[in-house]
Amino acid sequence: MEWEVVIGLEIHAQLATNSKIFSGASTAYGAEPNTQACEVDLALPGVLPVLNKEVVKMATKFGLATGSTVAQRSVFARKNYFYPDLPKGYQISQFELPIVHNGKLEIVLDDGATKTIGITRAHLEEDAGKSLHEDFHGMTGIDLNRAGTPLLEIVSEPDIRSAKEAVAYMKKIHSLVQYLEICDGNMQEGSFRCDVNVSVRPKGQKEFGTRTETKNLNSFRFVEKAIHHEVQRQIEIIENGGEIIQQTRLYNPDTDETRSMRSKEEANDYRYFPDPDLLPVMIEESFIEQVKSEMPELPDEKKQRFMSDFGLKAYDADVLTASRELANYFEATVAAVAGEAKLCANWVQGEVIGALNREGMEISQAQVSPALLAGLIKRIQDNTVSQKIAKQVFEAMWNGEGDADAVIESKGLKQVTDIGLIEQVIDEIIANNPGQLEQYRSGKDKLFGFFVGQVMKQTQGKANPAQVNELLRKKLSS
Amino acid sequence: MMDKTLAELAQGLKNKEFSSVEVTQAHLDRIKSNDGNYNSFITVCEAEALAQAQAADAVLAKREAPVLCGVPIAHKDIFCTEGVKTTCGSKMLDNFISPYDATVVKNFKQAGVVTLGKTNMDEFAMGSSNETSFYGGVKNPWDVKKVPGGSSGGSAACVAAGLAPAATGTDTGGSIRQPAALCGITGLKPTYGRVSRYGMIAFASSLDQAGPMTRNAEDAALMLNTMAGFDPKDSTSVDREVPDYTADLNNDLSGLKIGLPKEFFGEGLDAQTEKAVQDAIVVYEKMGAKIVDISLPNSKLSVPVYYVVAPAECSSNLSRFDGVRYGHRCENPQDLEDLYKRSRGEGFGSEVKRRIMIGAYALSAGYYDAYYLKAQKLRHLIADDFKHAFSQVDVIMGPTAPSTAFGIGEKSNDPISMYLSDIYTIAVNLAGIPGMSIPAGFSNGMPVGLQIIGNYFEEARLLNVAHRFQQETDWHMRRPQ
Repeated sequence: MEWEVVIGLEIHAQLATNSKIFSGASTAYGAEPNTQACEVDLALPGVLPVLNKEVVKMATKFGLATGSTVAQRSVFARKNYFYPDLPKGYQISQFELPIVHNGKLEIVLDDGATKTIGITRAHLEEDAGKSLHEDFHGMTGIDLNRAGTPLLEIVSEPDIRSAKEAVAYMKKIHSLVQYLEICDGNMQEGSFRCDVNVSVRPKGQKEFGTRTETKNLNSFRFVEKAIHHEVQRQIEIIENGGEIIQQTRLYNPDTDETRSMRSKEEANDYRYFPDPDLLPVMIEESFIEQVKSEMPELPDEKKQRFMSDFGLKAYDADVLTASRELANYFEATVAAVAGEAKLCANWVQGEVIGALNREGMEISQAQVSPALLAGLIKRIQDNTVSQKIAKQVFEAMWNGEGDADAVIESKGLKQVTDIGLIEQVIDEIIANNPGQLEQYRSGKDKLFGFFVGQVMKQTQGKANPAQVNELLRKKLSS
Repeated sequence: MMDKTLAELAQGLKNKEFSSVEVTQAHLDRIKSNDGNYNSFITVCEAEALAQAQAADAVLAKREAPVLCGVPIAHKDIFCTEGVKTTCGSKMLDNFISPYDATVVKNFKQAGVVTLGKTNMDEFAMGSSNETSFYGGVKNPWDVKKVPGGSSGGSAACVAAGLAPAATGTDTGGSIRQPAALCGITGLKPTYGRVSRYGMIAFASSLDQAGPMTRNAEDAALMLNTMAGFDPKDSTSVDREVPDYTADLNNDLSGLKIGLPKEFFGEGLDAQTEKAVQDAIVVYEKMGAKIVDISLPNSKLSVPVYYVVAPAECSSNLSRFDGVRYGHRCENPQDLEDLYKRSRGEGFGSEVKRRIMIGAYALSAGYYDAYYLKAQKLRHLIADDFKHAFSQVDVIMGPTAPSTAFGIGEKSNDPISMYLSDIYTIAVNLAGIPGMSIPAGFSNGMPVGLQIIGNYFEEARLLNVAHRFQQETDWHMRRPQ
């Protein structure tokens, strides 16, 4: 039987505010346990939450960027359950009336086709603290630094049909929230994580199959692997005559498996009700207009501009706008070179991204700045070095050996453009390789490459390739 | 300097008739010698009070002191008080020393007011008789075999017994007005949002409101001047100018329209209590007020609506008392569930448990619409009744409680009968409007309270109406023997 996979994502993006969603405590990551938890975060008797207005603005930005409706009135509710890292015994979240709903996002698939994924809703909520199970001799330690950190939970429609689409969607949201500067996107620190709802159904069937939810995936790779695993598991169960149980599962990256956390029957009754300590969030049209006027250029708009202004192909424009930092890097390079956008694009996509991937670095950690890269590209432009030699210069620059001119000078990599010198080398090589010359002249054209190679070897790659080709052709045929 | 009003004490301090240390010490001494009879205090802050009094005397010496500087008062033990045990009347918080001050406490401290101690109360403010306190019931100074009312029973009793000139209280369904009535003092529950709830341990967040409990209306006005105001730490506090509540105390009442809701004078009202209330109305008529018969047709829904909304909110508000971070923790918990079950099972008393269970049930999946949502809708009907009434009248009057103080133990095994003792006060909380209780006579030797209800933010009018009555009568001057 052919199976169709149905996937919906719930993404938790930590909003990049300085203070928590309902208290003045700092949200900075990595502090000593419980040093960033004030009386409100500790849920001391008598304390009350006060909404950080910045999160409303951030959620509004996200709503506008995804063509969503930003609700005039949204309501914070209490989600009641007991857990040691949930100090109040309830989480303040939005339930029936979220701040953002009914949006969409376009993703680009591998074959270049586009697909629209619906966004059901995005709501504001507070994060819980952390339970630390190690180092406490059979006890559990509680760190409440994270308690009260603002989250935007972004819930997609079940429009996703494969793990690849899921990853493309997640990457797009990841890029978008960083473009909007509402989330730092740091997945290692848990600033951006995802729950995956997966079900399968026979191709052509209208009704959805029973779904499972796999929680807390904090990398694109884990999302892809967890979906693959879960799809496989579900199909096997059904094909063996079994039934899928609606449940919450956890993915273990070490074993590449998911395991059941709790089933629907064991699910909590969260006893949601509107939080009487907080007023409904009322958003006026003028506020939305204000936020609109402050919106940065979005990835899709930037992509279009790169294509029209720089003449880039859709694929290249897509790669270069994948993150705001990368796009900024590229644009800064073009500006410093004052042109040659395509050449700049090739270098950023080729050498820069290549080096970053090799080192496992982010664009912000690039060892060659746009200004340095531009200096190198100018030397390609004015024929000081060839593309090939330039790669050598780039490596040296990456290793901190100075700017392009310094590297070219110190390593003696300046391209040889002296026709007399190149002619002299060519004459020598022709004289030293009579056999090859004979064969070439008798029609073995492929040997042209041999002669080019010899010249480049002799000049240590510094001869201008165009000149070498031209002069060789002339001499070999004369 | 004993048995003086706040206003008199403040004047005496300004005139250097006595010092704050002297006044404070005199009250501390009386608490020490007399409170054994009433059990109105959970904690007496002797050292802190004397230190505050000394500081107040230093400020008073400079002649630029706030009005109430140096005057001692007591706080209901529901207000977090820095460095002082804050129990909320519960074993759960028997070991809790608050690291911060409630906004109300802070406001009084900044005004130079001295804190004598923390008063006894029904556990987590759940009760109408003070019998649910972990620290034992409070006894009514008018008759120690009777309850003082609740939940602010300790505050009411200490003021009635002259152990403190005034106290703070909180009122979720009548917890200031009913004990004020039963102990023969003046109590005011302000408009919801008038006084900050920050640091006031929450019972039912949408109903709780702090207010003054005093010997007379003038003192209540002085207290409210210090308590009221917008607090950026409480999203439900209202950003609205605070008038000088003493300014209109003496306004003339001729032409005042007083509404008497027929629902407040029906079945269940003790005859002698009714007589005292009717006599009080006659006093107002003599002052030129007009009486208008009105109806609050939905007021019969108040008690059932209240006993859905308040428990629902409390079931969630009390979840933080889990034995993890502070408060009572059971011995040697075996695992997490054991920690929760035993800590909460041991820490909470039976009335608190009853309300948590009722509330959790009312909020649970499948019942939410039928109970909580419906109750919230009915709240609007109850509020609309008042809105309609205030289009015809300036204030509404009636009894504060259906009877005078009942015997200790009399209703403690009959929750329904206990809940009905708040039948006239609850609707005011559900609507969020201000209400007051003032002494209006006696029935069998026990005080009767007259309830005065006003429209939103009309505290000044209530205080004016109460004050003029107290110029004509001396019920508020009577003291228990």
